[in-house]
Amino acid sequence: MTWPTIRRTLYASLLASAAMAGPALATELRIGLQEDPDALDTDQARTFVGRIVFESLCDKLINITPDLEFIPELATEWSWSDDGLELTMRLREDVVFHDGTPFNADAVVFNIDRSQTLDESRRRSELASVESVAATDEFEVVFTLGAPDATLLAQLSDRAGMMLSPAAAEELGLDLATNPVCSGPFSFVERVQQDRIVLEKFADHWDADSYHLERLVFIPMPDTSVRLANLRSGDIHMLERLAASDVPQVQGDASLLFESAVGLGYQGITVNVANGERSETPFGQDPQVRRAFSLAIDREVINQVVFEGAFLPGNQHVPSTSPWYDENFPVEGRDVEAARAILDELGIDRLEVEVQMANNPVQTQLMQVIQSMVAEAGFDVSLRATEFASLLAAQTAGDFQASQVGWSGRTDPDGNLHAFVTCDGGLNDSGFCNEEVDRLLNEARTASDMDARRALYAEAQEILMAELPIIYLYHPTWLWALRDSVSGFVPYPDGMIRLAGVRRD
Amino acid sequence: MLSFVLRRILIAIPTLLLVSVFVFTLQKLLPGDPVLVMAGEERDPEVIAFLREQYRLNDPIIVQYFHWLGNVLQGDLGMSLRTRQPVLELILERIPVTFQLAVMAMSFAVAIGIPMGILSAVKKGTWLDYVANFVALSGLSIPNFWLGILLILLVSVNLGWLPASGYVAFWSDPLRSIQTLLMPAFVLGTALAATLMRHTRSAMLGVLQSDYVRTARAKGLRERVVVMKHAFRNGVLPIVTLSALLFGELLAGAVLTEQIFSIPGFGRLIVDAVFNRDYAVVQGVVLVTAVAFIAMNLLADVAYALLNPRMRAAQ
Repeated sequence: MTWPTIRRTLYASLLASAAMAGPALATELRIGLQEDPDALDTDQARTFVGRIVFESLCDKLINITPDLEFIPELATEWSWSDDGLELTMRLREDVVFHDGTPFNADAVVFNIDRSQTLDESRRRSELASVESVAATDEFEVVFTLGAPDATLLAQLSDRAGMMLSPAAAEELGLDLATNPVCSGPFSFVERVQQDRIVLEKFADHWDADSYHLERLVFIPMPDTSVRLANLRSGDIHMLERLAASDVPQVQGDASLLFESAVGLGYQGITVNVANGERSETPFGQDPQVRRAFSLAIDREVINQVVFEGAFLPGNQHVPSTSPWYDENFPVEGRDVEAARAILDELGIDRLEVEVQMANNPVQTQLMQVIQSMVAEAGFDVSLRATEFASLLAAQTAGDFQASQVGWSGRTDPDGNLHAFVTCDGGLNDSGFCNEEVDRLLNEARTASDMDARRALYAEAQEILMAELPIIYLYHPTWLWALRDSVSGFVPYPDGMIRLAGVRRD
Repeated sequence: MLSFVLRRILIAIPTLLLVSVFVFTLQKLLPGDPVLVMAGEERDPEVIAFLREQYRLNDPIIVQYFHWLGNVLQGDLGMSLRTRQPVLELILERIPVTFQLAVMAMSFAVAIGIPMGILSAVKKGTWLDYVANFVALSGLSIPNFWLGILLILLVSVNLGWLPASGYVAFWSDPLRSIQTLLMPAFVLGTALAATLMRHTRSAMLGVLQSDYVRTARAKGLRERVVVMKHAFRNGVLPIVTLSALLFGELLAGAVLTEQIFSIPGFGRLIVDAVFNRDYAVVQGVVLVTAVAFIAMNLLADVAYALLNPRMRAAQ
């Protein structure tokens, strides 16, 4: 090839590429995800990012509003028996699964049974209170509970309430994970691991008129800057989990839209108070010391310095935007003198504390800021950056003094608290155990009235605020960026992407 | 000849076994409990117990190893713990992707590195030499991820010439496929180009001072003919060997490049597998890589033996 020929070919291919990198079909929405989802089976799945895909692929019995109220989806109405042991649900009658199997009460029974009995199921603990489910009519089911469970509706508004086609689940078994069949507004087309998951509009969906997109492509792009660059170049139309440091850039770009919603989860420092030998330090044994530590932290400054002000400072298991937030304990400002006074009273001059955190830049920066803040009060914090799997292992084994971790959050407040601070809680790594807290939180689970539950949480909060087994720091906000051609997107506090009403011009 | 090849294959078997033992043990040394990662945020004890049982994590490591080896010998590399796809299928899907990336990157490296090396040797001590050296040094020093993001911003975001990331299979759309890999291949190729350039330069400098080149010049040949026909042909031999060696380096570099450009290749497969403690995938990938390397060495040995009878005698 001569040079002019090469040059011509090069120009031609560049021009062609410019044409191809341009607008795709206006009815296709390409979404950049932070990770590659795991198994696409609602029972086997465990990742947050997988739930984003399920939201378009599968219908749930119950949905939520942006204000966390429960609204009908596959169940049109529901009611509790007086003793709180029976939940009766009326179901939609015009629903079919993607494979044509009709949806009815038997399908619900099949799905709940599968979630509870499949060996690989990750849903068992979520449905632990359900003793049995029975079809009382073609479109009516009754859940019978072993004990009242105020959190069940919240569980049924997530993966535990998502319905798979019984015919497909029986035929495919565990391989359903590679070929999921639900009844959602979009059906599964193909998946290339780490490259793309493609869904197309399901024409027979009961609410098909609310969906204006023909095709969805989910593309895992682990690097946040690359994800944003793809959005700016138009290769994708929307991305989830924008980096807080990129918010000003997105807001300054006229071709992009920015959306956010305060999440349901939290980040904090879990202190080892009674989980093995390493709890036997003044930091683990004396709540006053932890109180001094907490007082020395300026949560607002952390938010500004580390998160560009995009997140929400916090001091409880739920954010201040939640209806469950306890107003009696507002987020306190920093008070180094008070912190120092507490340590002086206890006769502590300086105290060494080791905190482990995940070895990513954000968590490291967060802990470095805290390290310098609490140093002024008298804490010599040493940081141990640990790979996440090891951090988790050290935490369960009690091989830590304090651990900077968080929780993605649940719709019901019980999901953010019970397992972490009750004596036998499955996620209670701090080893905290207080009979009164156990009693209050167990009772809050069974009380169906919101005011009654709130009163119980308030009592528990008082003890937890004094004991501080977890020092809460902030509540992450879900950050999305979209092309300005995308309209109708509504942010939800659960971080999901709901596409009803979303258009691309 | 046949007995030579057979002998080489027999020698390869213990090597492979050693590699597999090594990988298996290394994985068990990785800190953190894989089951805790797999069980999900809730860490349901029932699920944890089930997973330990299912993946035989309660068995002694020796038993686990032989169980795995038994399956491998039957062609079963296991199932990805994360997505339930067969490991062999995952690997086979990715080999062509990374191979294409490596070939394109190598083309860039050769196309940039060798001419620049020749040029800077011929024009030694002039500004051209200094510029070439500066470019080479920059190529070596600039981190892949930084250059990658910079290129995405310039070429995709500002100019809109190439897709920012992703991958299209070559046989489904050849043009688009090359476009998607152009930037990653360039990023991967630049560092290698620098190495190639430095080696070409020093090889050429040596050759250009040799007697036969002086003779060629004395014959009154044009400088271009002297350089290209006489000097380069001799100087290029060690470069060819080096290029082959660099191919291995390319696979390593692909790990980072694939991550930046969201290319579903071999490198990304293994990174994700390690982070998710997807043991079966890690083991499968390392085993296949080891087999590939051993096969390449075997081919090289056979080729040498074919070309050089003295090698055969030496065996």
